[in-house]
Parts: sequence; C-alpha cells; structure tokens
Amino acid sequence: MRRKIVLYGVLCVLCVPFVFPTWWMITSSMKPINEIFAFSLLPDSWDLSGYRQVFEVQPFGRQYLNSLYIALLVTVGTMAVASMAGYAFARIRFRGQNVLFVVVLVGLLIPSEVTIVPLFQLFNSLGLNNTHWPLIVVPILGAPGVLATFIMRQFFLTLPDELEEAARVDGLGRFGSFYRVALPLARPALGAVAIFTFLHSWNLYLEPIVYLSSPDMFTLPQALTQFVDNYGGPMWNVQLAAATMTALPVLVVFVLAQRQFIEGLAHTGLKG
Amino acid sequence: MTLAARLARPASTIPFWNVRRRDHLVGYLFIAPQLVGSALFVLLPLAMVGWYSLNEWNVLAGSFEFAGLGNYARLAADVRLREALTATGVFSVGLVTLNLALALLLAVLLNQRLRGTALFRTLFFSPVLVSLVAWTIVWQFLLQPSGGVNSVLGAAGLDGPNWLRGEGTAMLSVIVVQVLKNVGLNMVLFLAALQGVPKQLYEAAELDGAGAWRRFLRITMPLISPTVLLTSIITVVGSLQVFAQIAVLTQGGPGTSTTVLVYYLYQQAFQFHRFGYGATLSVLLFAIVGALTLLQWRMRRRWVFHEA
Repeated sequence: MRRKIVLYGVLCVLCVPFVFPTWWMITSSMKPINEIFAFSLLPDSWDLSGYRQVFEVQPFGRQYLNSLYIALLVTVGTMAVASMAGYAFARIRFRGQNVLFVVVLVGLLIPSEVTIVPLFQLFNSLGLNNTHWPLIVVPILGAPGVLATFIMRQFFLTLPDELEEAARVDGLGRFGSFYRVALPLARPALGAVAIFTFLHSWNLYLEPIVYLSSPDMFTLPQALTQFVDNYGGPMWNVQLAAATMTALPVLVVFVLAQRQFIEGLAHTGLKG
Repeated sequence: MTLAARLARPASTIPFWNVRRRDHLVGYLFIAPQLVGSALFVLLPLAMVGWYSLNEWNVLAGSFEFAGLGNYARLAADVRLREALTATGVFSVGLVTLNLALALLLAVLLNQRLRGTALFRTLFFSPVLVSLVAWTIVWQFLLQPSGGVNSVLGAAGLDGPNWLRGEGTAMLSVIVVQVLKNVGLNMVLFLAALQGVPKQLYEAAELDGAGAWRRFLRITMPLISPTVLLTSIITVVGSLQVFAQIAVLTQGGPGTSTTVLVYYLYQQAFQFHRFGYGATLSVLLFAIVGALTLLQWRMRRRWVFHEA
C-alpha cells in the first residue's frame, strides 16, 4: 500500500512538465495580455480577443486549410503508394526485385535535409517554388515514403500464402487479391502509416520555410512563428491562441482513439 | 477455369501471356510510383548534391564555377563547422542519454500492476501529438527570464537564469524541451518490450533471492536490449536532424553554442546563399548518418539471434 502511494506520487510529479505546458498554452491563450506573465492555472478574467486577432494578423484560416489539405493528401497518397510497393516487394516475384528494393531502401538512409539544396533548385527550375507541390510530391514519392513502404512490406510478409491462393482459386487476379484480401487485413499497419505520415506532414518546418515565401501559402508551423507586432516583439496571446488551434485538434483525436494510436506506433516501431 | 486446371495443361500449350509473366508486369506496375519517386527525389538530388559540392556557387552573385575539392578543403578549415559539430555531438549525446533513461524509467513505472497507468501513459505520451512548433513556442515563453519556469524557481526562493540566452543553459534547455516532447514514443516502445518479458522468469529469480535491482539488470535489460538498441539508433539519427526547435528557441545562439549541423547547413545555403558549400555540408551529414546506419546494421545482425 505504501509502495503504491509513493508510486502515484512519483508519477504525478513526473507528469507536470509533460502536461503543464499544454495546459498553460490553452489557458494563457484566453488571458488578457496584461495577465499573461502572471503565473496562474486559470485566467482571472477571460479574454478571447487573441483568437480574433489570429485571423487579422495573418490569413490564418487559409494557412490552416493549407496544412490540413497537404497533410491529408500526403497521408492518402503515401498509403496508396506504400501499400502497393510494399505488397509487390513482399508477395510478387519479379525479375530484379531485390536490386530494386535496395534502390528504394537508399531513401531510408537519407535525411531530407541532405537533399534540400538540390530539391530546392529542382523545383525552382520548374517554377514550382512558393507552391505546395514540393510539400506534397516529395513526401509521397520520395524518401519519407520509403519508411512506409518498408513497414507495409514487413506486414505483408507475415500474411500466410494460403489466403491468396484461395483468392486466386476463387477467380481474383493479382490486383483483386491485393485490394480485396491483403489490404483489408493490413489495417493495423495502414493505420500506423497514416498516423505517422499525417503527424510528419503536419509538423514539417524546414521544407515550408525553404520553399514558401508568401503568407497565403504558409503552413501552420511556419505561420506560428510570424505573430509579431510592428516592432518585431512577439504577440504572446495571439501566438498562443494560434498554437492552441494548431495543437488541439490532433490532441482531441488522440484522446478519442488513443489505444489505436499508441499500439499502432508501438507495433510499427518494433517491426520497423 | 481454376488455377489448378490451368497448371495441369502440358507446358507447350501454356499461353505466352501466362500467370508468371503477368505477375512480373503487375509487380513492376505496383512499384512504379515508388521507383520513379526514388529516382527523381532521392537518387537524382543525391547525384546533384555531389556535383554541387564540387562547385563554388553563390546564388546572389550568380557565380557558378568548378572548384574541385575546394569546398572540402574549406570544410576541414572551417572553425564554425567544428563548433557546429561539437554542438551537434553535445546535443545528440545529451538527448539520447536523457531520452532513453527517462523513457526506460517511465516504462518501468508504468509496467507496475497499478490502477490508472493507462491515464498516465496518455499524459506522458500527449506531447508527441502536440505540434512541434506549438510546443516549442510554449517553452520559449516558459523559459523567458520572467517566464513560468523561473516563477516556479522563484517560489522556491531560487533565482533562475535567462535560460535561452545563457551560454551554459541554452543547449540544456533545447535538449530538455526536445526530450519532453518525444520521450513518450520511446516509452511506449519500451513498455511493449517489457510486457513481452515472461513473468515466470521474475518469479523464479525472486525464489532464488534476487532483489529488484538485480532482477532488472539480469532479466529485464538483456531481454529488452534489442528494443534499447533500436530506439537508441532511431533517437540518434533523429537527434542529428533537429532544426525547428533550434530555429524557434535560440537561432543557434548564444554565440554558436546551439548551432547544430543542420542549422548551420540551412544558414549557409538559404541565408548566405552559398549553395555549393551547403551541398558540401549535406554530403557531410549524409556521411555521418550513413556511418551510423551501417554501424546499426552490423550490430543488429548480432542481435537478431537474440530476437529469435
């Protein structure tokens, strides 16, 4: 019994630096500016003007939409490309398979920062800088997607051969047995891929600040750092309101589906 | 016609467009997008980065001329690069040590038979889901001289430093902020590994009179060591890529104390517009990550026996 109380005590103390910043971000975003440096758990007087100003200082609605649609497109695209490639590498025999797999795997070795200079130049020569193309196409087809392909392949390797033989006897072709048999079974792996792809895209920072130059095109992480007043000082309540709006939706989804989140990621980490 | 019936036909009458050939084609079609992507966005840029690194290229001045190994000579003589590598090393070692130790501690605590561990697990994990820049901005505020951290210290009668502007504290701050953000991920991986350790082993050891610490060292650690290795490699490689936190929290300062390699690369290429030298730094980053991954591959082979 005493051991339990000590354990709970330790856990509660350890929790503070994990929980407090988020709590503080949310509550302070609703404080009037003169109260923001006071250290309190809840605002003394509530003031939501920061939330209005967010949309006045920057085209924040537009930036939100940018981040959202880019992350969704990248997630869906990565799931499609990675599951197909992963399936082929795991379950179809074709000539040159191993060599091609190694070629693809090179992407795992390469941090995106290594190729940012030539990619910037590449998209510049195509006239695609300050568009969202680099933020969509590179993650789906380039190095970030390779990890997803690898995870999907590892999963498809574990499926028993009999399943697909049965599908084939029943008259399904290769694509049919991929789409109707293997893919539905791969839901845990697909879920994990979806989660980390979405988060990765939602958090991307270096790439947007390299490729994008006009506020209309900005994504959220980039926009968050731009809430400054005319003298270059940070507008704290506005910035925190924007940060809250960026962080909260993902947190809410997580709380609703936390089991799948955590187990999906644990599963992938161990397999990858 | 079923597959079995098709296969039963004599070889000579199998049509040219048979199952196997069709399979080859389907295989190529399935990997085509990924393969084209790898060629265009991985291999081509990699070749380009190699070529750029051999050239003196200043975008602002519009000059581009072959420099041979000139950039690499500069690499060797660059004092600021040496500082950047030191900062990167300090960051990586600090982050990995702190992250793994804390992750393991939290996982062991949460692996006890205790009500409410799911709630604590959720709380420790939640920063992973908070947008990175949002998390960093909040900490930027908390670490100001008059911010939350110093208020807490003040309440305890201590005088807190200017965390983000002090030579000695800036790097420490960046490390701690980053550890708190992501330690939940490693914690979950460790938790999964801990739950895979057979309970009978502990019971047997307890009967033999082994204390808690001894059981941890002799049973837990060896059995979860593959996970420890895996997470440490993931964390090391991740730590080499830190950028947003530095850019938001310290901009590499004070001085160059938090200018890590990727931030230095960004400065050279995109702030000073030295693409050639930026490319050379990219090659260096690639070499470091490549060497570490190779090391992982070799160590992992030794661990595979363990995993089986």
